[in-house]
Amino acid sequence: MCSLALFPPPLPNGQTTLCESNNELLSGNKEDTQNASPLSLHFPRESLKLHSRTESSSKAAFLDHSETLWMRSAAAWRDGGLTGLLNEITDSDSEVPKWLSVGSGCILALLRWISSFHSSLFPHLTLSCEDMIAEFSQVLNWSDCVVRAFAWHPHTDKFAVALLDESIKIYNPKSTTTPTLKHRLQRNVAAMQWKPLCASALAVACQNCLLVWHVDPCSLSTRPSSSCAQVLSHPGHGPVTSIAWSPSGALLLSASPMDTSMMVWDVAAESCVPLQRVGGGGVTFLSWSPDGSHVLASTPSALFRVWETRMWTCERWPCLKGRCQSGCWSPDGSRLLFAVEGETVIYALTFAGAPAGVSTSSLTGPQAAAVVADLSETTFHTEDGDLIVGGEIQSLSWDPRGERLAVLLKGDPQATNRPAIIAVFKTRTSPIFELLPCGFVQGEPGVEPRLMQFHPNFQHGALLTVCWSSGRITHVPFYFLSSAVPHVALSGSPSLLHPLERPADFANQSLFTELIS
Amino acid sequence: MFSAGSGYWFTQKVLCWRAAASIAWSVLLLPATTAAFVVLSKFSILHPVRMLADCASVLVSAGSVFSFILLTGVIIMVGFLTFEYYTVIPMIACSKVALLGRLLHPRQLLYCLAHGLMGVVVGWCCAVTIGYRYETLGSVCPKTDGDGPAHMCLNEHHLLLLLEGGFVGLSHGLLGVIHNMNYVSFGTVQQHKYLCFKGSLPLAVKCSAAQAFYSVRNFLVFYFFLGHIPRAWICRSLSLHLDSSAHPLDTISGLLDLSLLYHLWISAAYLLFSWCITLLLFRIFVTEAYSFPVQSTFTEEAPQCLPKVLSEKQPMILKFLALQDLSLLSQHSPSRRSQVFSLSQPGGHAHNWNAISKECLSLLAELTQRLVSYHETVATNGRTKSLSSSSEQKTSSESSGTEDSMSSRPAFLMKTPASVFLRSMGAGPQSPLTSPFTPDLDSPFASPTLRRLTAPLDPGSPWHGSVQSPHVMRRAPKLWSTSTDSQVNGSPPASPASLPSPKPESSRPSFLAQFFQNRREQLPEASSQALFADSQAHIWALEGLSYLVQASFTEDQFGVVQTTLPSILSSMLLLQEAVDRHFKLPHASSKPVRSPVSLGDSSHKTLRFALRATLKTAIYRITSTFGAHLHAVQMSAEHRKRLQHFLEYKE
Repeated sequence: MCSLALFPPPLPNGQTTLCESNNELLSGNKEDTQNASPLSLHFPRESLKLHSRTESSSKAAFLDHSETLWMRSAAAWRDGGLTGLLNEITDSDSEVPKWLSVGSGCILALLRWISSFHSSLFPHLTLSCEDMIAEFSQVLNWSDCVVRAFAWHPHTDKFAVALLDESIKIYNPKSTTTPTLKHRLQRNVAAMQWKPLCASALAVACQNCLLVWHVDPCSLSTRPSSSCAQVLSHPGHGPVTSIAWSPSGALLLSASPMDTSMMVWDVAAESCVPLQRVGGGGVTFLSWSPDGSHVLASTPSALFRVWETRMWTCERWPCLKGRCQSGCWSPDGSRLLFAVEGETVIYALTFAGAPAGVSTSSLTGPQAAAVVADLSETTFHTEDGDLIVGGEIQSLSWDPRGERLAVLLKGDPQATNRPAIIAVFKTRTSPIFELLPCGFVQGEPGVEPRLMQFHPNFQHGALLTVCWSSGRITHVPFYFLSSAVPHVALSGSPSLLHPLERPADFANQSLFTELIS
Repeated sequence: MFSAGSGYWFTQKVLCWRAAASIAWSVLLLPATTAAFVVLSKFSILHPVRMLADCASVLVSAGSVFSFILLTGVIIMVGFLTFEYYTVIPMIACSKVALLGRLLHPRQLLYCLAHGLMGVVVGWCCAVTIGYRYETLGSVCPKTDGDGPAHMCLNEHHLLLLLEGGFVGLSHGLLGVIHNMNYVSFGTVQQHKYLCFKGSLPLAVKCSAAQAFYSVRNFLVFYFFLGHIPRAWICRSLSLHLDSSAHPLDTISGLLDLSLLYHLWISAAYLLFSWCITLLLFRIFVTEAYSFPVQSTFTEEAPQCLPKVLSEKQPMILKFLALQDLSLLSQHSPSRRSQVFSLSQPGGHAHNWNAISKECLSLLAELTQRLVSYHETVATNGRTKSLSSSSEQKTSSESSGTEDSMSSRPAFLMKTPASVFLRSMGAGPQSPLTSPFTPDLDSPFASPTLRRLTAPLDPGSPWHGSVQSPHVMRRAPKLWSTSTDSQVNGSPPASPASLPSPKPESSRPSFLAQFFQNRREQLPEASSQALFADSQAHIWALEGLSYLVQASFTEDQFGVVQTTLPSILSSMLLLQEAVDRHFKLPHASSKPVRSPVSLGDSSHKTLRFALRATLKTAIYRITSTFGAHLHAVQMSAEHRKRLQHFLEYKE
């Protein structure tokens, strides 16, 4: 069992992780990090113009204006549907006949009772929209986060950053313009993803809809108009907390904890096919395997599904403790790692239909998930006092070559010596699955990691991009030589980049002999 | 003769069985629908026990059994009509006149009338099932004048239900023609039939309830104003009397009967729902993916193999299913892919790959050709030009074109949707006029590659006659030669509008022609839709080709794909250029209006966007797989430049 005790101890205070080279993580102090990479960005909270007041509070600034009952009812029907209409009728009992207001009040109470019954089955339905996104997002402490979502382009070096002020900025090292995307419907961005095999399309999961921006990479405009965005919405499908493009770029999946069905979008036609199965009460997190054959869909209950994408049938995987919080796929799509809320271990599932070389027990896949790593709390004695590392897992990320696995641990915001931290494992998928400790990635003192993502095609190994609670975005490179043979995966670019790798690294002379399979 | 028979096996062995299975399932579902209808029609909240007893007695009565048999017949008839009228390429009317023409086409008229007739039958069954005051057409008149002979009087409620059934059926048929309800689209994702049906059931309920509401509203307006005509006719022909004591129903007070309205609505909803289920099941069954063998060891099965089937023209759905199968196999099935890449045993020819790639490339080339010709016929300002300017240009058309033999005249009054191609192709004789307005002279469309690509177009493709027509072919060199005189002319370029009257004497249009002319310009987006009406085939061809090329990077042992890679890339880039140019036209990139929930499938309206996205993804798939190796592929400098954009992810 891989426990955190085998990890090298965390860095002393004031040191930050810079990179991995020659099989060890190098650290430096603050000055070194400032000029580490030209792509490092900093979004101080003060620089963002936030909405100072919510929309409801601005009502006080306007004169009271009375409309007829019909107008108000029509408006209530438009805005709030049936419950809105019933509310309006019940509230204006001086203008409507007594039986009508009493009747609508009764129906309203009945509806509320039914919905409360429903939400007693699925407690997450009582959450407000923002709380729900914060609960199910892959970002740690989403509601307080300056950088709410981050997305590398799958083929080039550009990335998109969604900020707290509901804007999205696109950075490209090869161009000086940084387009800023703003849209009326772009609120509470929970996730973003670039369309594979496309230069321009960026899907954004918003509160009530999905937006697909088409940002021309050659355009010099810094504020693309909102006509560049396609709005994909379906009644009852919001807030969208997770989206996933198929690796072939043909389909887009979206999930909302409020909607029991997962949507498969044909983006060009703006049409969707709902995929619904009984149980779960919503879909919170989606992850498409890199070879395109499977999709992980977790629900707010202790249940997740693995869909097979050819005929769209699914396997049910009930968990014991809690819901599936996060998951990631090996590059060949044969192995799924996932973390369950309330548990401190990482599980692995192996699927059939994998490329040759991976032995699979049966065609139907495994019967139970295997524990591959134990991340329970471990105390490190450092010169600054004891530091407790470990606990529940917020998100998992596997680099595209399948050599490094980053795990964002939640920590405890109340306790000072239990920070959120990123633990990085070395992994190997063939001939047998191995998980070896690599080290912790730490930032400046007092700053927590919130969000992380691996660069999809970093030439010299793996590049982990981390968004910190201070609003800073840094990149931690892991220099190593790939040990695996070039992937024979169908999707994605073949590994043409190997000759460019640094020949001097002998990173895979493994220092750790602890072998877990 | 061999190919004529080879499409036949598919109709015989697969299509008919699929249609039969779908009809059988809709008949099996009929009892459930009918039971729900009976319960809803007898619904009364105050007497639940009596309601249940009523329902039970109705369900086992002899009348309902008879009406059930009738309903089964109707469902079979509807299924048969659906099978007979379905299409995988939607008919898109480019103008209101064309739409009218389509409605008045005898075939479509027959379709509507048959639906109206079956509607009457369903209306009768509904009346019998509901029972109560709707049961019979005639009833004994209440005695008003003492002891006369008992007359039979008309039961207007019964008549109302019959007429309503007919009206709803007729309007369903008409709307079906207008909204392309017979268009069968292929789903975005593959699903099992049961799940697919379950998923679309709520939509069917919602649609039929809403549609029933609108139909009943229209019917009530119709009956209010014109109800006395059918009533009098029925009375006269059946020698029934009008019951003077009963309140006539074509008055406001007669129609404002909540129970009557409810029964009208519920029976209309029942009618629409049962038909809609039939349609839905048919669509699901007929579009189910069919796996064709890639190659067969037996020669008698050769016509059923994928390479052979791909080049079939009839039935069209066979070609579509084959292309869908190609796209699926290229994505999901390594073993079948290896058959595609394999060489023939004696001889070592890559027959499978050659046939498949040739067919796909000819599809792409045909679309490119269609887009180029359309673009040439449409003015650069994007509007179809009014007729008036065509008279100015007749001189130049006389001087330039002697190809008056092209009879595009019948295309004038009756613009059937498919005729948009005829129209754009019919532009052949006059298109030299537009030449100065087509972009620069070194246009890639005149490149030898295209001519080479258009050459292997199979005779017998739906556009064969027009694409391959000597006018189009002859036109190409003239693009340059006649450019001077039309520059002198200086007027806006010719348009499809002016084409129907190539002869000089017909250049002065009659008033009627002028009227039709104005009517014709009303649906600007439709011509663009019609141009891409069958693009699902092209989308599959692009997907299949690009996935196969991607897989060939690792799986193609003999290098069979390498030989065709240059032509694949060039035809994709040509198409990309043509599509880009098409989307620069006004209306081409405007999104269709979101139609409210309806049974008609509107996915054909967005096919051009899907094609554009698929095309780009397909090129990116090839460039990202081959990367720098593509520099070794032979192609023109312009294509290389374009490909470089793709390699740098700048498209």
